[in-house]
Amino acid sequence: MNPAGTSASREMLPVVPLAALFFAAFVLPLIALVAVSLFRTPEFADLSPAQYLRFFADPFSIKVLTDTLWLGAEVALATLILAYPLALVYVASGPFMRTLITFLIMLPLLTSTVVRTFAWIVILGRDGIINSAMLSLGFWQAPARLLYTWQGMVLALTQIQLPLMALPVINSLLRLDGNLTRAAEGLGASRARIFITVILPLTLPGAIAGWLLVFAAAATAFITQTLVGGGRIILMPSYIYQQAVGVQDWPFSAALSLIFTLAVTGIVFAIGALSRRYLRGVDAA
Amino acid sequence: MQRSLIDRVYSGVVGGITGFGMLLLLAPTMVVLVISFTGGITLKFPPPSWSLRWYVELLQSREIIEPALTSLKVAAAATILSAVLGGAAALGLARSKLKMARVLDALFMSPMVLPAMAFGLSLLLVFNLLGIRLSAATLVLGHTIICVPFVIRMVGASVQQLNPVLITCSLSLGASRWYTFRRITLPLIRRGIVASCFVAFLTSFDNVPVSLFLADARTEVLPIKLWAILEGSLDVRVAAVSGVIVLVTLAGLVCAEIFGGVSRQIGKG
Repeated sequence: MNPAGTSASREMLPVVPLAALFFAAFVLPLIALVAVSLFRTPEFADLSPAQYLRFFADPFSIKVLTDTLWLGAEVALATLILAYPLALVYVASGPFMRTLITFLIMLPLLTSTVVRTFAWIVILGRDGIINSAMLSLGFWQAPARLLYTWQGMVLALTQIQLPLMALPVINSLLRLDGNLTRAAEGLGASRARIFITVILPLTLPGAIAGWLLVFAAAATAFITQTLVGGGRIILMPSYIYQQAVGVQDWPFSAALSLIFTLAVTGIVFAIGALSRRYLRGVDAA
Repeated sequence: MQRSLIDRVYSGVVGGITGFGMLLLLAPTMVVLVISFTGGITLKFPPPSWSLRWYVELLQSREIIEPALTSLKVAAAATILSAVLGGAAALGLARSKLKMARVLDALFMSPMVLPAMAFGLSLLLVFNLLGIRLSAATLVLGHTIICVPFVIRMVGASVQQLNPVLITCSLSLGASRWYTFRRITLPLIRRGIVASCFVAFLTSFDNVPVSLFLADARTEVLPIKLWAILEGSLDVRVAAVSGVIVLVTLAGLVCAEIFGGVSRQIGKG
């Protein structure tokens, strides 16, 4: 047997190449991003927090950030409402239905984001499915504008991100002790009451985990935001892209991406920490 | 009697939303497949007539085929790099009790938490500052970082399930470390490796936020090209590309399922 020291270094030996790669191509770039954001002009003159002051003094920039975070929150809530019934049916079903639901959840997860977004362009477009159905059924007199609207974007993102919510909620429900719901049933509670007083509180950690995943994914979904939301809805990802590639203002775009990153990860960590603190022992999720 | 009424309303609501949810999950993929066979020149739904004209048109579109080939090459390279480097790291980290191991594990998982656009921009800044020209190699580097978390998580999960006694047995029976790795460890973590390669390939092939900053005219990748096309006009050729991607992904899933039980691995992750 090796002495402890050598066995520890031998244990870490296979990790070295990846650690080196991460240092050069992940840690170093992030340090550079922070450094660049601290310059006052695009020519890298004067170290100062000017870019951050510029962001927080500009109502337009603030609105872009709050709109983006709000979009994430809205989409995450919509997926939550769809995911619970899906998970309840999954848990109560036999093998065939379970396989079907798993397949349906995996399907969008495995189709390219551009393809899924393209599908929504076909569905929401002027000659799209919703418009032609509503027109031919006589509900609408003229085609409605669905593409390039906020609601259209929320709907598309809800479908695109639903799998991220459905998987943790299903896992949470599968771990729920069936005796608890049977006990509530035996004591005469209605199924709606069992859901609200037993199932929902006990699976909340899974729901929060899913909510955070969808929130972060929807807020950063550049492709869907630009193609379904259109050019008139400006959100953080397209703002960063425009400032970096269009205007070539490196310091401001670096500051924008850091502010956005801190806002998204800050919310994720804060809610995650709160839920761990107050829901401790509820569920292992 | 009132209780049964509430129960019926509740079941109706749950069933209704579930039906809507399942339709919502399925519809877009079906819509893409159907519209790709349209005979018309717009995205009108239902299609006025049926034909394979957009697939034929696609075969003649060099400006789409070239980015598709670039995407396949970049994804293959990023998958191999992340599987080899990430797989080795996962083997080292999964059983380690060192504090250092936990720190590195968190570092390797962090590309999942960080908005990928910030990472793409930061890589672009570094390449610019160091005077490195953008190429397929810089693109592969960025994609590899994005793919590593999946490998660490899935291969790591396989390693944790591996019974360490098997390795001790093999070594004590006189097998070399390399022979033990090849004949004992590797076959037992094969499922994790296959599943993570599958997910890594899709992740790279589908990546937009990193490619957006790192791809230039010579290394244009498919998702960026399709995005650019759709920003300008609603080109039906995109439907044909989408049809091909959906069918190839499904075929890939079937293969990966046979070799690695991918769906169970992803479900676990």
